[in-house]
Amino acid sequence: MSASVGVLLFPGSNCEQDAMEAVRDLGGDARLLWHGDASLGAVDAVIVPGGFAHGDYLRPGAIARFSPIMAAVADFAAAGGPVVGICNGFQVLTEAGLLPGALQKNRGLKFLCTTVSVRVESTRSVLTSDSEEGAILRIPINHFEGNYTCSQSTLDELRAEDRIVLRYLDNPNGSVDDIAGICNDRRNVVGLMPHPERACHALLGSTDGRSLLQSLLVSAGAGTTVGSA
Amino acid sequence: MTTFSVVVEVQLREGVADPQGATIERSLPTLGFDGVSGVRVGKCIRFTIDSADESAARAEVDDLCRRFLANPVIEDADVRIEQAVQA
Repeated sequence: MSASVGVLLFPGSNCEQDAMEAVRDLGGDARLLWHGDASLGAVDAVIVPGGFAHGDYLRPGAIARFSPIMAAVADFAAAGGPVVGICNGFQVLTEAGLLPGALQKNRGLKFLCTTVSVRVESTRSVLTSDSEEGAILRIPINHFEGNYTCSQSTLDELRAEDRIVLRYLDNPNGSVDDIAGICNDRRNVVGLMPHPERACHALLGSTDGRSLLQSLLVSAGAGTTVGSA
Repeated sequence: MTTFSVVVEVQLREGVADPQGATIERSLPTLGFDGVSGVRVGKCIRFTIDSADESAARAEVDDLCRRFLANPVIEDADVRIEQAVQA
């Protein structure tokens, strides 16, 4: 049976169809989960997609954490379920307290829409378990607030615990320590600014995102938290 | 219970990039304003709150700033509270 991935839909999400298409293309089952529902149903993994959840009112991600579905996502994550936040989804997960730090405005004062190179720094996460450490991936970014920041103590922790899963080769937005993606301490919640779902088909210019979403499907199928062994 | 007027000014913390502020600052000289510097753009949030007294109101507002109105990782909140003028 193929792994079932729930893709959240907030008012203002705009990458949910791309994420579902990519999951299905990889052989997974994808279903939309409305933000106003209180339950995830029977899913094996959750993607919080990109976009502008709740119009980015107050701050990107700030209002989304009050959507009823987020309590279910928090429970799912607490139980070890794989959760991946892409772009605005990363912002939502930091605002919801499922990942540390925050995403601030890009250092260069510009909205960035381009393809960047990122390096897989750790394969001990639900999004990178099927990748190779050191692999260089070409993946699009599309954001204004992608400049990851956190306290020095959080950064020390992320480094010491091997929780920086992706780094930019040529830092586009000023993120501390070139961070493009991180995971939580249990390694089952990952946030990243690049869009792997937009790099899953040769027609889109890159297929490098496939290994990441494939990792998520494998983690979802395994039904256990990756990296805890 | 007393009603208090509250003004919360949310500002990016020192050292956090402020593209809006920088863009405004760069634009001013084209209009002939050459002496302006240190432009920072924040948010101003106004509301009223019913509380037993001013210190209780302040404690509650500080809490809601910390938990919602400002993201403490990148923002500071400056709170001004005064007793609302009775209608």
